[in-house]
Amino acid sequence: MIRQPEPKPEVLSRRDEIVAALRALVPPHPLSGESVIADPLRLKPYETDGLSAYRQPPLAVVLPSTTDEVASVLRFCHANGVRVVPRGAGTSLSGGALPMADSVVIGLMRMNRILEVDFDNRLAVVEAGVTNIGITRAVEERGFFYAPDPSSQLACMIGGNVMMNSGGAHCLKYGVTANNLLGLTFVTIEGEVLRLGGAHLDAAGYDWLGLVTGSEGQLGVVTEVTVRILRGPEGARAMLAAFGSVEAAGRAVDAIIGSGIIPVALEFMDRPCIHACEAFAHAGYPLDAEAMLIIEVEGSVAEQDELLARIRDICAPLNPTSMKIAESAEQSAAIWKGRKGAFGAIGRISPDYLCMDGTIPTSELPGVLTRIGEMSRRYGLAVANVFHAGDGNLHPLIMFDANDPDSLRRAEAFGAEILKLCVEVGGCLTGEHGVGVEKRDLMGVQFTARELDQQRAIKSAFDPGWLLNPSKVFPLAQAAG
Amino acid sequence: MQTSFTPEQLRDPDIAESNRILRTCVHCGMCTATCPTFLLLGDELDSPRGRIYLIKDMLESGRPATEEVVRHVDRCLSCLSCMTTCPSGVNYMHLVDHARTYIEDTYARPWPDRAMRRLLAFLLPSVWRFRVALIGASLARPLARLIPGRSATAERLRAMLRLAPAHVPGPSAMERPGVFRAQGPRKGRVALLVGCAQQVLAPSINEATIRLFTRMGYDVVVRREQGCCGALTHHMGMRAAAMRAARANILAWHDEITREGLDAILINASGCGTTVKDYGHMFRQEPEAAAAAAVSALALDVTEALWRFGYRPTREPPGLTVAYHSACSLQHGQKVTAEPVALLRRAGFAVATPKDAHLCCGSAGTYNILQPVIAGRLRARKLAALEALKPDLIAAGNIGCLTQLSGGAVPTVHTIELLDWMAGGPQPAAGGAARGA
Ligand SMILES: Cc1cc2nc3c(=O)[nH]c(=O)nc-3n(C[C@H](O)[C@H](O)[C@H](O)COP(=O)(O)OP(=O)(O)OC[C@H]3O[C@@H](n4cnc5c(N)ncnc54)[C@H](O)[C@@H]3O)c2cc1C
Ligand code: SF4
Ligand code: SF4
Repeated sequence: MIRQPEPKPEVLSRRDEIVAALRALVPPHPLSGESVIADPLRLKPYETDGLSAYRQPPLAVVLPSTTDEVASVLRFCHANGVRVVPRGAGTSLSGGALPMADSVVIGLMRMNRILEVDFDNRLAVVEAGVTNIGITRAVEERGFFYAPDPSSQLACMIGGNVMMNSGGAHCLKYGVTANNLLGLTFVTIEGEVLRLGGAHLDAAGYDWLGLVTGSEGQLGVVTEVTVRILRGPEGARAMLAAFGSVEAAGRAVDAIIGSGIIPVALEFMDRPCIHACEAFAHAGYPLDAEAMLIIEVEGSVAEQDELLARIRDICAPLNPTSMKIAESAEQSAAIWKGRKGAFGAIGRISPDYLCMDGTIPTSELPGVLTRIGEMSRRYGLAVANVFHAGDGNLHPLIMFDANDPDSLRRAEAFGAEILKLCVEVGGCLTGEHGVGVEKRDLMGVQFTARELDQQRAIKSAFDPGWLLNPSKVFPLAQAAG
Repeated sequence: MQTSFTPEQLRDPDIAESNRILRTCVHCGMCTATCPTFLLLGDELDSPRGRIYLIKDMLESGRPATEEVVRHVDRCLSCLSCMTTCPSGVNYMHLVDHARTYIEDTYARPWPDRAMRRLLAFLLPSVWRFRVALIGASLARPLARLIPGRSATAERLRAMLRLAPAHVPGPSAMERPGVFRAQGPRKGRVALLVGCAQQVLAPSINEATIRLFTRMGYDVVVRREQGCCGALTHHMGMRAAAMRAARANILAWHDEITREGLDAILINASGCGTTVKDYGHMFRQEPEAAAAAAVSALALDVTEALWRFGYRPTREPPGLTVAYHSACSLQHGQKVTAEPVALLRRAGFAVATPKDAHLCCGSAGTYNILQPVIAGRLRARKLAALEALKPDLIAAGNIGCLTQLSGGAVPTVHTIELLDWMAGGPQPAAGGAARGA
């Protein structure tokens, strides 16, 4: 079990009083009849997120519906020294939304309104609890979309995306959350409501938006988000290229990127993953292949044809076992359904998985994949590889059995070794899933003590009492420094 | 996901099954987004992932269910949208069925709740009791406004009266047990589940089914012993009653299979279809296991059967736009999505499907009576999405949805009635209404 900071006895002992105060601050929801959950039994489902190996029920969960309610809860927690864990959809894969025993979880899922869509200025203002796909759904009738597309986009919420600076398959072309963000309504731990970026661009010139993006709930709570929306491309087509070895597919990625072509998406899946995803999506994935690439290009039909032909020529010398181009929008959709369901689909072949998230230079891909294969044999744990190959963002899924404690220990050690390898070959610990609790103790591998001190100083400036999502991001021993 | 059942607990086959299901769940959270109750209530406890967690805890503890857990399981529509979304293949249906039985066995509901459930379980599955009750309710409809109070029971009583039709049709001559002979050369033989509540509310649905299949060359067998499929009580956790109802059907149809043989068992209320297709699983530990599996294997929604049997229209296209509402039991429970739309198009209708088609209309068996407030919200949402399509008619393959969606601006009709009409049958009442409009 992951180590947590000591719960504050003075908070635990005032539990009932704190719950009563929260109830007074946030009125009950008209349909569900409540907005504060405090009975032990019903706190359990809030004890974890997408990384279910780590669990800790909070002191209470509060579900506000407005920015003012969020501000009043934060003000109260600040005045009373109560720790706070913001939570969106709880799909974090690094334990970002893991509660502490003495913390109040602020769930943003009731803040799910689309506030404004401005097609002329190509922006949308939405509440933090709107799902990623919800933004696209709100603007697609006029041919627009919101570009960053984490595989969890159906469920994950824009506030969580901002806090994790999430990416996705199509970020190769369109960039990650940070590149598509215009403004935030942001509530500090003191309960002050700030507007960052957007229409109220900060005159002093500091890039507050950049600072807050990716801060993993450590600096404040996001309640509204202004994002850029883009006009959809003329057309897009996906292609499946299958290979007889993982290394050959890795070399194909390197060759495509090296050629200067930037497909909109370039995704990699190995054999176990292909099989699990095909069982879910029935997309016609090549079941005989050792590895497969999903390559998507955009533009007019002529542009698509030209790019696909060039990609074929690049792949040909690597002896692909098959190359197939999607013939219809439905086929493309099925191909993506499989890819986006990949993590969940692993549930079909293994009860549990740890999803790693390192990045490496694409030229290192073949070698790194070979080393991961060796580690898998050494740890005696299967691994499925699926990742955003185009930008070298690896997601090895280490399969284990949570009912066997030794299996979890081996999985954790295996994961740490993969991430160290990423740093060793010139990459980094996290591509898009954040540090959370999962990678906090590895931060020293990536950053010097001085660099970490500087980051901690920023945290302290926003949150001197270290009440906001503590025990994440920084190695625990030094967290409250 | 990790579970912590003891070896003794796992010796119970139901627990062992639920353990297997729980271990398939990787807690990714994808399912939350397409759950209607999560959307409306915004609390993980009212989402599939939250319910799975609550159920896991309840079963692991081995203690009686508590009010807190029951509240969230009761709010589940069993719409199974979560199963369509889940990439892991978690069988939420079997898990929640188990939880409902566990709750029914271990939890003492407050008496108004208990009485209401018993009343529904007593009335709905019996054709004559339901008819008598419905006539009473239809007479009492104007009284709905007079029921005072905001208690759950008052809400439920009002919901019940509001759902009662203004006019209760008389019993149909066509649903009597017997064999309806194929017209022309015989192509095959099918059995029909004439069901319970549907017979009373809309006998025209069974009539259209029998007409259409006999016209297409199939003998249609209606067995005397068959009755309610068991779904209504099954979804209230009343296992014994559900099994009793199901067993009668299994034995009757199995007898038919072994004597003259059947090409299909037709179901024209998709809520029932999901359950009949699950008989094999429900009876896996019973002496009737093999018979139940054989019955489930033959069960087909009417639209599946029509697609296989090569439905052809004979009339000129009527020039009507149909908004097709995909019942949850069809789209999520049975994954029958393409056939109804393709058949309606083949029959000459312009077919449109609404935004957020995956969301439940709130009918969900007895849900619109037991959870009237949430059901009302879902109904309003669904009607708005359907009416935005500016259709002449709303078609669906499930009587529950048709009742729930009636009373809006657009008339509702069962898919089979439209298909029968275009293949030579009479014009459905709703078709006339649409034309007049
Ligand atoms: C199946 C699956 C696939 C995934 N695929 C991808 C992928 O392709 N790319 C990718 O980048 N990620 C992916 N993820 C990870 C995850 O979905 C993202 O990190 C996502 O942005 C988390 O959003 P959430 O709403 O679930 O946030 P949560 O998990 O609830 O929270 C994430 C973090 O943000 C904080 N937080 C949440 N909301 C707020 C707020 N309003 N204000 C302040 N802090 C807040 C929390 O405290 C926590 O630290 C995947 C996850 C799963 C389960
Ligand atoms: S989508 Fe499936 S695996 Fe994921 S949390 Fe829901 S039930 Fe579990
Ligand atoms: S069956 Fe429907 S209501 Fe119940 S948890 Fe699944 S999606 Fe939600």
